[in-house]
Amino acid sequence: MTSSDRAVLTRDGLDALIATLAADGYRVYGPTVRDGAIVYDDIAGVADLPAGWTDEQDAGSYRLKRRDDDALFGYVVGPHSWKKYLHPPRRRLWRAAKTEEALTFTAEPEPAERFAFIGVRSCEIAAMAIQDKVFAVGDYADPQYRARRDGAFVVAVNCGEAGGTCFCVSMKTGPHVMSGFDLSLTEIERGDLPVYLIEAGSDAGRDLLARLPCRPVEANDITAADAAVAHAAAQMGRTLETDGIRDLLVNNPDHPRWDEVAARCLTCGNCTMVCPTCFCTTTEDSSDLDGGGAERTQRWDSCFTLDFSYIHGGSVRSSSKARYRQWMTHKLATWWDQFDTSGCVGCGRCITWCPVGIDITEEARAIRSDLTRETKP
Amino acid sequence: MIEGMERIIREHRFFAGLDDETLAFVAGCTRNVRFDAGQYLFHAGEPANEFYLIRHGRVALELPVPGKDAITFQTAGEGDVVGVSWLVPPFRWLHDARATDLVRAIGVDAKCLRRKCDDDHNVGYEMMQRFVPVLVDRLQATRLQVLDVYGTSR
Amino acid sequence: MLPVARRVVRTRRELADVWTIEIEPEGDSFAFLPGQFNMLYAFGVGEAAISISGDPAESGRLVHTIRAVGKVSEALARTRPGDVIGVRGPFGVGWPVEAADGADVVVVAGGLGLAPLRPALYRLFGERHRFGRVVLLCGARSPKDILFRSEIEHWRARLDIEAAVTVDHADREWRGNVGVVTTLIGRAAFDPSNTVAFVCGPEVMMRFAAIELESRGVRPEAIHLSMERNMKCAIGHCGHCQFGGDFVCKDGPVATFEQLRRRLALREI
Repeated sequence: MTSSDRAVLTRDGLDALIATLAADGYRVYGPTVRDGAIVYDDIAGVADLPAGWTDEQDAGSYRLKRRDDDALFGYVVGPHSWKKYLHPPRRRLWRAAKTEEALTFTAEPEPAERFAFIGVRSCEIAAMAIQDKVFAVGDYADPQYRARRDGAFVVAVNCGEAGGTCFCVSMKTGPHVMSGFDLSLTEIERGDLPVYLIEAGSDAGRDLLARLPCRPVEANDITAADAAVAHAAAQMGRTLETDGIRDLLVNNPDHPRWDEVAARCLTCGNCTMVCPTCFCTTTEDSSDLDGGGAERTQRWDSCFTLDFSYIHGGSVRSSSKARYRQWMTHKLATWWDQFDTSGCVGCGRCITWCPVGIDITEEARAIRSDLTRETKP
Repeated sequence: MIEGMERIIREHRFFAGLDDETLAFVAGCTRNVRFDAGQYLFHAGEPANEFYLIRHGRVALELPVPGKDAITFQTAGEGDVVGVSWLVPPFRWLHDARATDLVRAIGVDAKCLRRKCDDDHNVGYEMMQRFVPVLVDRLQATRLQVLDVYGTSR
Repeated sequence: MLPVARRVVRTRRELADVWTIEIEPEGDSFAFLPGQFNMLYAFGVGEAAISISGDPAESGRLVHTIRAVGKVSEALARTRPGDVIGVRGPFGVGWPVEAADGADVVVVAGGLGLAPLRPALYRLFGERHRFGRVVLLCGARSPKDILFRSEIEHWRARLDIEAAVTVDHADREWRGNVGVVTTLIGRAAFDPSNTVAFVCGPEVMMRFAAIELESRGVRPEAIHLSMERNMKCAIGHCGHCQFGGDFVCKDGPVATFEQLRRRLALREI
């Protein structure tokens, strides 16, 4: 890494970063406080960031709380993830027009807008890489997804502290951002206001960094940044033993624990909506009142709905046991068969946003420990 | 005559692998029979005195329903055995068996074979080994029929 | 993936609720493998996965056989010549007809399962010299539910094919076999150690047919089944058709009993 790859930004420098991205034509999204949560939305500058806020998270619980400093990134992750921009909750796939002679289909144009994401966590970069494997590769790569993804400018943030439901260390996805970013930030304490160690991870990042007002890096900046990330890593709210997890779940479809969790699960699908890797969708077809036009819309779907596995005659997975088992087994086990990776990045959203506080790490542990007991004489 | 029956029953799938001694023993209880299309091999309720190993043709196994056409629940053809109730008391048929075309079969005297099974349990075991799979297959086939797997067509 | 508009040129009612529709390929021929399916779109109503039931050697004809069970299949089944529908495809892994080279081939069809098997049968019959014995075993609910009945009768007349039909429930006029289709497997003549089997029908029927074939000595890796799951996108993106780790739309629909056995025995997978 050369000196041109690293620098230190002040809060004003960060403002300049956001302004420069906007000037370069990016639509800049970042964290902001709304409706009692830190969500991702349009941001115009540092003033929109959640300065001095943090989030207290546990199973089924999320609360914003005032920090005793002015940190901009002193929270972990909220209910939103970047997938809402890369893989939108709702989008039109095509339009059809019917005349006497012909039926014509018109694809939705590829998005012209380029996105810049400010404050992307390491687990979220891992989640993007996982969705890339679903949508961006192979014979049927989705050109819309690729256009959004290829056009995106990623400004990552290293976590300085972990949340109550975080377990990225277990999933080997964080907290230190290693790749998949254009620029990365580490918030470090310096006097009244924090400053930001900024590192370039791509040519585009390097070019942009060269245009920002910043000062050279000092040795104690690095030490402070490393300490911040190490602090987060040591502070994980949860752990999940991943050793042999694929076989453990695939080989135990009738474990009594599935019945126990099903008794609590409301099959609301919240976990799938907040999950940054869940990719399932369904489609809706509609037509104009005059019958001349029709369109197909894709929207996020959840494996927790009965309709999800419907084949004529009924749903394959009609019990909530089968649906929870499908979700968790897919996430932690069969995802490996499909994409050669886990489908879980350890962000903890499914735990926090579950209305009854079902904890995927606890469920995995229960299935594992019961078995351990059974195999002992 | 008995030697001829030995050859015929040896060729039938049902007795495949039976040793010579047992075969000769069983052959003593058998005869060649034929039924014309429409003729009944037996009727429900009758004593199960003779069961049949089909060599040619098709037999409909039917349940008579008062006031309606009999329901054919299964057909048997070449290589199949018709009649299993001869094995268990009260040794009476539980369904009709009707030839739907010309049927040639080996008729097995049930009383004769039951006696031989009682006298020689090795013969009894050989027969059980052959009849139990038939019963299990039929039970399984009936389960699938009950499922009505092809569903909605009316 | 955008559908392509194609015109329906012929329709035919097969059974009370089953229609076969023939679509013109509009210029290009339409190459497909036996066992593959297309996504057919009825204007304004929606899309459904429909297996191709025509002859792969006749790429100028795109033939689908559809049971009207939902609003989309109803709309597709009731199209008329001249109507235009949307087509995406072909998708999926088909019947490995080539793998049966030199072997006996047993085809077991239950109900509408004969439709996706018909392209494989056309290929088997078209290249008859490449295979050993060819056995077709068809099961249907009742005599009036026998799909492609006149065609089966035509095949039965061939001396180089053993074809048998059975029905679960017979009426008075029926003079053929009665019993589930698995009962035909035990009676058919083939060499189990050198047999490739293609099985398609309701999942329960396929499971028991595969068990019966295996008990006769057919290797589980030589028994091929065609799975049915909810297919929306057909390209492995929507997640609906997952069956364990498989996306039935792209990893299937055809897979071996060896691959499927464990999952077939599990409930609600």
